[in-house]
Amino acid sequence: MKRRDFIQLSGMGLGAMMGSSIPVLGNMVSAEHLLEPGADIATKKRLADIALNATKSRGATYTDVRIGRYLQQFVFTRETKVQNITNAESYGVGIRVIANGTWGFAATSDVTPEGIAKCAETAVAIAKANAKIQKEPVILAPQKGVGEIVWKTPIVKNAFEVPIKEKIDLLMNVNGEAMKNGAGFVTSNLFFVNEQKYFASSDGSYIDQDVHRIWPTFTVTAVDKAAGKFKTRDAISSPMGMGYEYLDGLASEKISAPNGLIGYRNSYDMVEDAIMASKQAQQKLTAKTVPAGKYDLVLDPNHLGLTIHESVGHPTELDRVLGYEANYAGTSFATLDKWKTKAFNYGSKHVNIVADKTQPYTLGTVGYDDEGVPCKEWDLIKDGILVNYQATRDQVNILGENASHGCCYADNWNSVQFQRMPNVSLKAGKDKLSVFDMIKGVEKGIYIIGRGSYSIDQQRYNFQFGGQLFYEIKNGELVGMLDDVAYQSNTQEFWNSCVQICDKDDYRTFGSFFDGKGQPSQVSAVSHGSATTRFNGVNVINTGRKI
Amino acid sequence: MNKILTKEEAKKIIDKVLAFSKADEMSVALNGGRTGNIRYARNSVSTSGESYDQSLAVTAVFGKRSGTATINEFDDASLEKTVRRAEEIARLAPENPEYMPMLGPQTYIEAPTFADSTANIDPDYRAKAAFDSIDPCSKKGLTAAGYMEDSAGYSAMGNSKGLFGFNKSTSVDFSITVRTADGLGSGYAIRDFNDVSKLSTKQATEIAMQKALASSTAKALEPGKYTVILEPAASIDLLQNMMRSMDARNADEGRSFLSKKGGGTRLGEKLFDERVNIYSDPSNIEIPTSGFGGGGGGRMGGGGSDGRPQEKISWIENGVVKNVYYSRFWADKKGVKGVPPPSGFIMAGGTESLADLIKGTEKGILVTRMWYIRAVDPQTLLYTGLTRDGTFYIEKGQIKFPVKNFRFNESPIIMLNNLEAMGVPTRIGGCLVPPLKIRDFTFSSLSDAV
Repeated sequence: MKRRDFIQLSGMGLGAMMGSSIPVLGNMVSAEHLLEPGADIATKKRLADIALNATKSRGATYTDVRIGRYLQQFVFTRETKVQNITNAESYGVGIRVIANGTWGFAATSDVTPEGIAKCAETAVAIAKANAKIQKEPVILAPQKGVGEIVWKTPIVKNAFEVPIKEKIDLLMNVNGEAMKNGAGFVTSNLFFVNEQKYFASSDGSYIDQDVHRIWPTFTVTAVDKAAGKFKTRDAISSPMGMGYEYLDGLASEKISAPNGLIGYRNSYDMVEDAIMASKQAQQKLTAKTVPAGKYDLVLDPNHLGLTIHESVGHPTELDRVLGYEANYAGTSFATLDKWKTKAFNYGSKHVNIVADKTQPYTLGTVGYDDEGVPCKEWDLIKDGILVNYQATRDQVNILGENASHGCCYADNWNSVQFQRMPNVSLKAGKDKLSVFDMIKGVEKGIYIIGRGSYSIDQQRYNFQFGGQLFYEIKNGELVGMLDDVAYQSNTQEFWNSCVQICDKDDYRTFGSFFDGKGQPSQVSAVSHGSATTRFNGVNVINTGRKI
Repeated sequence: MNKILTKEEAKKIIDKVLAFSKADEMSVALNGGRTGNIRYARNSVSTSGESYDQSLAVTAVFGKRSGTATINEFDDASLEKTVRRAEEIARLAPENPEYMPMLGPQTYIEAPTFADSTANIDPDYRAKAAFDSIDPCSKKGLTAAGYMEDSAGYSAMGNSKGLFGFNKSTSVDFSITVRTADGLGSGYAIRDFNDVSKLSTKQATEIAMQKALASSTAKALEPGKYTVILEPAASIDLLQNMMRSMDARNADEGRSFLSKKGGGTRLGEKLFDERVNIYSDPSNIEIPTSGFGGGGGGRMGGGGSDGRPQEKISWIENGVVKNVYYSRFWADKKGVKGVPPPSGFIMAGGTESLADLIKGTEKGILVTRMWYIRAVDPQTLLYTGLTRDGTFYIEKGQIKFPVKNFRFNESPIIMLNNLEAMGVPTRIGGCLVPPLKIRDFTFSSLSDAV
């Protein structure tokens, strides 16, 4: 449990955000303070050993200790003004134990030998208290200790070392170009996160990890006051597991798409995207309203990522399947009995979806998860069949496996770690196919780019998605922009309507930077890769209304 | 420091901080308190915890440059260090052309936001609350998943111009989902109070149990336009989203549902059924909130973090938009007084009970709860989402049978024009909302989810 501050963003134009508010962890400090080194590894090992010894002597059969320093730098601007700069640091230790077959957890910001010993004592006491009402003793999958290990996100340029002035100059340039190209309003933001996590467990692991994430984004608004209309276009960037080099805008990482559209792989040109966004937001003001009906959808990776997240990522979380999230996020239609048949057609034979925590540049990639399990890649859906789930050490026995998938994560030292989504990605098609070729084959369709409105039920059957840009496809050609588009489908029906996937040259990742789950709520960051994909005969509704 | 500070103790710390200031202006926000929770699923407690935290945020201002630093230790050296750090950050910050000078002394309403009963909650109380909810479910072969979170704390603010405010408050939030063993039925109940003695987890759970059992043989109805009775848990999100969209600046800038064709805003226009009255009142006994928005409440994300007092404000009166809320900068620019957004709101209702509303309905759908509500079009406030945990068909004044869940696409603006009847308001999410009977509510597809 923790107190948490939230930056409320209503009216700040962050339409792309997964929630309505952004969590800020810890104390507000100066930008320079974020560059100071934390405790050295030898100190952290000494402190962790104090906890490991204290819990063992009190009867714990398993212990893990996480000494974490969590850093955030967020920059918010609108038009010519800097609205807010947040530099936050959170430092402390979380201790999790199994005693009498039951989990106990306690955390403290008092990172001293005394503070840690007391916290360890509390964790064991809570485990023993909860054991009295425990009905399902913990079965922990074995994990061999890995000794002393260091892992770091392979960044080129640490975003925290880039002067604030440079970041403000970039955003002012983004905003200026957007306004110059006809935008009525623009908000732009940079989010940087650095998790300095030290993990030690009674298995004999001492893992020091330095994890970096970045998300540049903006929203451009075009207003037609005479008509009383406004339209927005959000950035088509992706949050990444990268340093500031993501903002280099390398030409080699751009992907050309029809109508002069540009996709970004592992390098993003924020100014270029803002200029495009400004023009497109204005085009949206006069775009044709969509006639409702069935269309073949051509979905860009920057759009499809969210559909994968909601309709495959969440339903294959084993804790949801088992009912642990029933009161909040919900359960899942992808039940164990369906999985056990080894014949449940989640999608068509083109659909191969992998879970992964090793893919370079992604948000989910780390060396080890928050219970010391080395990260890997595994299949969730193979040739359209549901073959596996996402599990942690205390769940994987249910699947008949004896090694965890490495899906455990806590968003701070004072949060208890639990099952969180790894990267979940759709494999690119094996045959050579560009988005140009794909569109040529569509008679009546819509090409959708960017994340828009999204909603799905608590068991992940029925969903509705919007987007940022919609182009009508007629007889193999893009004929103009559409407005008021949303598609509704059923997860299994939708993935079974998948008929074509572009090849690896079109593959990109999309990401969610503040994905919420649990009570009390915790955030996590996760990527979803895919190439442009075609789905046939999907129901499209018209969302235009008069008030 | 494991206690809730008194007004005098908080003032002493704030004054000490202000005495260290070398800035043109300085403000201090001081918050602390205890939060605790218990979570259960599959009829077993999964996590529980309790923590105390406190935080002091110092904002220093030079001209139009401001910087904030925070700390959770309150000894003299730490306080001074934090003041210096805030001043350093301020000196390096870019100028904010929209900066408004700090307010001088204000008068704040003092509302009964604190209850000893809630402040005294301990781990045993939480375990008992969970047991009272799990036990009846276990006995009936049902599965409970629930969550209770309680807090007791204080919030104080002060500045170098003499403003000072203090409030202490408590809150408890409880929600319960009960599912049948075959997974075909699901029911839900939610409660929130300042005073935990008003909460019975057993009673709330019994409602969720009834709904779970009654919903397990759901039939599919065709999607389309239906008369609906929305329980407060079903309408609250749509209403809150609408209230959060009543920002003056967005309306003036042409990017709000309140923006008018040809420019200007719809302030003063009748946009809703004439029976719609929505107001806020920090001293309402059912949903008391801090006079300056601090210390609990504040679920609307609003409140006077800039020091403006919360007052009784009418937002919608007889269907007419009476007020929109302003930032201090925008109010100054527009030359108006400009009220801050409210901490919670009250929608006036009728005298009928939910049962009366059902009795008076020829054909309709009773909706327990709505879920995964997201904006589709900010221009019309069109939202989509789904019904969940208890959706029933009503015919000739009686609940006939459970129905499969629907996806809706609807705007609260349209919904509040299609008002048929309202019941007695009850507390939900820090607001007071009546059950609403609405005609022509748009269900656009069916969901198999239970």
